Amino acid sequence: MSLLFYLIAALTVVGGLAAILLKNTVHCALALTVAFAGLAVMFLELDAQFAGFAQILVYIGAVAILVVFAILLTRNAETPKDGVYSRNWFAGLVIAAGVFAVLGWAVVHSTRVLPHETAMPAVTVLDIGNALMGRYVLPLEIVALLLTAALIGAVIVAMHEKEGAK
Amino acid sequence: MSENADQIFVLLRHWIVGFLPAGLQEIAGVVLSVIAIIAIFPTLFALAVWMERKGLARMQNRIGPNRAGPFGLLQPIADGIKSLTKEDIVPLRADAVVHFLAPVLLVVVVFMGIAVLPIGRNMTLVHMDSGLLFFFAMGASTELSVFMAGWSSRNKYSLLGAMRGVAQMISYEVPLLMSSVAVVMITGSLSLEKIVEVQNQYTWGLPHWYIFTPWGLAAFVMYATAATAETNRSPFDLPEGESELVAGYFTEYSGFKFALFFLGEYVGMLSISGLGTTLFLGGWSAPFAFLGWVPSWFWFFSKVLMSIAVFIWIRGTLPRLRQDQLMNFAWKFVLPFTLLDLFVAALWRFMSDGWARWVVCSAILLAVYALMGGVGMSRKHFGLRKYRYAE
Amino acid sequence: MLGEGILRGLAETARNFVGSFVSADRLTTVQYPEERIAPIEATRDFPFLVYDGGDWEAGMRCVACQICEKECPPKCIYIVKSADKKPDALGKPQFYPARFDIDISVCMSCQICVEVCPFQAIKMDTEFELSTTDRFGGLLFDREKLAKSNEHYHKIHPTEAAEVDARLAEEKAKADAKATAAAAAAAAKAAVPSKPVAAAAAKPEEGEARS
Repeated sequence: MSLLFYLIAALTVVGGLAAILLKNTVHCALALTVAFAGLAVMFLELDAQFAGFAQILVYIGAVAILVVFAILLTRNAETPKDGVYSRNWFAGLVIAAGVFAVLGWAVVHSTRVLPHETAMPAVTVLDIGNALMGRYVLPLEIVALLLTAALIGAVIVAMHEKEGAK
Repeated sequence: MSENADQIFVLLRHWIVGFLPAGLQEIAGVVLSVIAIIAIFPTLFALAVWMERKGLARMQNRIGPNRAGPFGLLQPIADGIKSLTKEDIVPLRADAVVHFLAPVLLVVVVFMGIAVLPIGRNMTLVHMDSGLLFFFAMGASTELSVFMAGWSSRNKYSLLGAMRGVAQMISYEVPLLMSSVAVVMITGSLSLEKIVEVQNQYTWGLPHWYIFTPWGLAAFVMYATAATAETNRSPFDLPEGESELVAGYFTEYSGFKFALFFLGEYVGMLSISGLGTTLFLGGWSAPFAFLGWVPSWFWFFSKVLMSIAVFIWIRGTLPRLRQDQLMNFAWKFVLPFTLLDLFVAALWRFMSDGWARWVVCSAILLAVYALMGGVGMSRKHFGLRKYRYAE
Repeated sequence: MLGEGILRGLAETARNFVGSFVSADRLTTVQYPEERIAPIEATRDFPFLVYDGGDWEAGMRCVACQICEKECPPKCIYIVKSADKKPDALGKPQFYPARFDIDISVCMSCQICVEVCPFQAIKMDTEFELSTTDRFGGLLFDREKLAKSNEHYHKIHPTEAAEVDARLAEEKAKADAKATAAAAAAAAKAAVPSKPVAAAAAKPEEGEARS
């Protein structure tokens, strides 16, 4: 666990915390972007180049923009009058703790179940491509179908809105 | 001798780094390369600004700036001094932190994109297996900066400009990637050095640049269109349309921050031209085999500057596209054409080498282009305009 | 075909670019202020007052009728009539402007003052390099600054000035002809009453001689 890992981890955690605690919603979205960037740097540090760059390209380049557009088009970016903390914060805390426990158990358990790698596997983009087109082609096609359905659904919703306005 | 001229910068770096102890040598080499990039690209930016002003002027039947220095060569310096000495105005209700960070983010991201471009033989700052993906990742981050600039200014017009700019950049991101995917498919690697190496071969003295293949030419045209839209250049410069939105998303910026936006835009143009050169025009490879003695970095920079000249030429010629025309063009013409181009590139690869594949690929591309063009143009009614009023 | 218009446009701009280095009709600008393009004759910038002869005060055509002051749309002319009269070009005694100010920062070069002047006294000048560091007084032209000779008018608007001079000469000829005719009539009238007076004077002399 090098110093670099701690720095990146600190950046990610601070970004995530800021995303929850800041008052201005757009500031929260930008802090979330910082958290995404921290994750991408962590991928790069683990030598997973494709995952890191795809993280930047997809999350920062598209998802963050989507989040910001959604905030701007649906609500006031100013501070809500009754503060940012929900009334059911205790229930939220319990659920978050539960999810964290499950994920933590899965991660820790995996070091015992998966074979212990001594050398770092050199995964190139070619390998990822082969895997996607070979072993995992069915999940790829299902995801593509899902995305197409989402796209058509979005177009239909927008079309209906236009007709509704008429 | 020509080998030395070609590798002069590499040898220079090696020599300078030799003075330092062994532990610091690697990082010193990287720092030197970074300093070189930070020195060269803003100089190229000044040159591009000068070329733009003089070139646009000559195309518009006038002389450009010619008082500041011989032929106006010191005009960019004068502009820089002016920007630095202007008052930095931040609107009272603007979001100061985001307002400050937007141009910083733009410049940082744009310079990082240059890190993977092969500027000459063995002259890439960072050798990456998936260099192309890194470049596009950096390009995607510029949209965020545009949005931050427009939103933090608390100005209707800036926000409108930012929204339009982001929508445009996202729409043209997909054709940009798709046209590069054709190149990646044929080369078989995402690494930019490998792409240049593959194009560095010669048949009968002519190079194997991808632009000289039918699918490559189509992909290059799509790439150039998408690149013009990505960098908000005319005819796609509605987000910064000077007559529509004052200055669009950077209305509220003055002085040095405006200069940084300007720098970011032009260096972005340079870096995307650099990528286009690498992917389609053979990067640092010479046009003819017998010209191989000229240093490789000379070819790279001349190709990039020629691409900038074409950008300026197009800016001086075409009128601005309206937002909906721009989006229609992206989704209804450019994207389907890039998908077809992918298919044709695959066909090219699987047909055996010979004249047959040239004929078949060119025929398919030309036929579909003429068809789509014909359909698109036939729906244009030039005549009395029918108005549709808002609800 | 799609894209044809773009290519034609690119060819045109390329022709402009290359042509601007070789031919003059593709580069229509000059290096001002070292070179200047000669203005056309109908150029107009700000008004000036015309005077005939050498002395600007005596030869000024303006008779302070104040029509131009009333007709000026932005009201940039300020005239104060003189108390006494002086003879004009036709010999008739006329008023003259004791004060004639034009504020050229207000003047919009509409030429209405020129159009309504019955005495051809105010015409449009072609001088535009009038910038000054004095924001208020520097752009307020008084009578002396506005007075320019008829020769200057001939230089800047030759055909117009020739026309005006011809018209003024015609008027002067008509006035002269009228004057000589009036003088001849007056002389004739003066000659006729002298004869009956002489006859009346002769008659009583004859009457005196008989008785």
